[in-house]
Amino acid sequence: MSSYSITEPSKRQKWFAGSLVIFYAVVTLMPLLWIIATGFKSPSDAIAYPPKVLFQPTLEGYVNLFTTRTRATPEMLVQAGEPKTWYDRIVRQYDMVIAGPSRYGERFMNSVIIGFGSTFFAIVLGTAAAYAFSRFRIPLKDDLLFFILSTRMMPPIAVAIPIFLMFRQLGLSDTHLGMILLYTAINLSLSVWLIHGFINEIPVEYEEAALIDGYTRFQAFYKVVLPQATTGIASTAIFCLIFAWNEYALAALLTSGTAQTAPPFIPTIIGNGGQDWPAVAAGATIFLVPVMVFTILLRKNLLRGITFGAVRK
Amino acid sequence: MSPTQFERAAKATPPMLAQKIRGLSDRAIAWIFVAPTIFLLLAINIFPLIWTIRLSFTNFRVNRPNADVQFVGLENYRRILSDADIWLTMQTTAHFLIWTIFLQVLIGFSLAYLINKKFRGNDLWTTIIVFPMMLSPAVVGNFWTFLYQPQIGLFNYVVGFLTHTDPSSFSMIGDVNLAPWAIVIVDTWMWTPFVMLICLAGLRSIPSSIYEAAECDRASKWRQFWTITLPMVLPFLMLAVLFRGIENFKMFDLVVQLTGGGPGSITELTSINLKREAFEKWRTGYSSAYAVILFVTVFGLASIYVKALNKVKER
Repeated sequence: MSSYSITEPSKRQKWFAGSLVIFYAVVTLMPLLWIIATGFKSPSDAIAYPPKVLFQPTLEGYVNLFTTRTRATPEMLVQAGEPKTWYDRIVRQYDMVIAGPSRYGERFMNSVIIGFGSTFFAIVLGTAAAYAFSRFRIPLKDDLLFFILSTRMMPPIAVAIPIFLMFRQLGLSDTHLGMILLYTAINLSLSVWLIHGFINEIPVEYEEAALIDGYTRFQAFYKVVLPQATTGIASTAIFCLIFAWNEYALAALLTSGTAQTAPPFIPTIIGNGGQDWPAVAAGATIFLVPVMVFTILLRKNLLRGITFGAVRK
Repeated sequence: MSPTQFERAAKATPPMLAQKIRGLSDRAIAWIFVAPTIFLLLAINIFPLIWTIRLSFTNFRVNRPNADVQFVGLENYRRILSDADIWLTMQTTAHFLIWTIFLQVLIGFSLAYLINKKFRGNDLWTTIIVFPMMLSPAVVGNFWTFLYQPQIGLFNYVVGFLTHTDPSSFSMIGDVNLAPWAIVIVDTWMWTPFVMLICLAGLRSIPSSIYEAAECDRASKWRQFWTITLPMVLPFLMLAVLFRGIENFKMFDLVVQLTGGGPGSITELTSINLKREAFEKWRTGYSSAYAVILFVTVFGLASIYVKALNKVKER
């Protein structure tokens, strides 16, 4: 039910604006679609000139991503017999046999462990701190909040120098625990600021009513405030997860063997002479698509998240 | 953030309500809730920062742990500030900052303006446009080197097709003249949606009654844009510039994967330069001083900017 408004754009204006925006969206999406498409190309299709839009899809990139292969001599091939599985068959086209799994699975799992671990701690600590900042009188509250935010202004490389030394001393370098602690500390600025905003929006009267009804402060916090802040906390959690998931600089400098995450690993996937683009694209696809799904889930609180709560829609 | 009604109400309530009933005092709970966060930030942010400042006055090198560490005073700072190469990386960073912010504001604002015409399905397209910004810059940056390949790269092919040049005749990341623009293009592709979202929030915050009043006064659309739309979006736009400025001053992952600072050191931004000093040449003391200078610069510029932003908001 909308009444006629003189400020409402005309049909023609809408059509014009819409087509320009859709044009931009299609152009901006091209590189991402190209990543997904390249993952399903054969190595020769991937580097064809002119670039191929239509091609015979193959899972070669994915097989190459998850396995290591060795070139087999004709005798070895005879000895190995007929390829037993579909991925054996793909590899056999190139006279190769699968030697074992690649490190991608491990790296991906590291991303999952470190991402979820750091998100969990950032949310638990951040929610508690945000509640306190929102509901209690804390000395130097504004300064503390600003101090928490300012930790985000440091260039990651500048942070990495002392962290590198400290982790070496404490035996935390290249460990999951070290990376989880580090990402928790970085994400705390985001979680405290965002959740602080969300809790501020919950009327304090609910808690007061609960307190008068005989709840303790603690009970009022988790039975009254937390349920109302769930959506906000969930969006904050997704933002923390995306940050930890995407982080590259610190992961590249502080991890190498055991705790390396996927972002520093994906660019190092190489094939014969240079990067194996279908495998790189396959790795990137598996890594990026979850974030796209999360972006769709987040769309209502997107702006709030990326501006640390400075802009609310 | 101005205090809301509820905050004022909260302040007016007797603070010791909980204690009167039972359980821990509010003050104890406040400290239990805040302490872990402060402790972790002290351990992982502040302690290392102090350590960095201390190291910046020494000639310590990580790869020579047994050499004796000497206190060199302000020598590291003097050397950095008088080093021509570092001023060159500062210039590179400035070029990158100015152009990315200019392009992102221009395109981002235009897109927000168009989306605000509320055509059908604008929410869906907004979400699609936002995708690049949420992805891992290192992974995406690495893939862009593929798009930028002469001949086989999609980017070169499309540009070659549109300008009728041979797609193998230019190399975006291999050419000294093109590489600075290669990183500007990818950063703009990635972060324009960020500026767009903030501008969109600004545009949507303008009440339509203002336009209606202007329409009644027979103000032209052009006039309305310059006297209503732009001034009212300006605080939002400035906020977007602040965020992009800080982020791009720190820029590392995207560019290191795209060009690695090359060819030569044409695209060597300060963060990449710092990484070379700290983790390739292992000049720890020197690079600590460098890190402190960068932090002070970012913090100083941001503080000045926030003051200006608040002035604009007050108007």
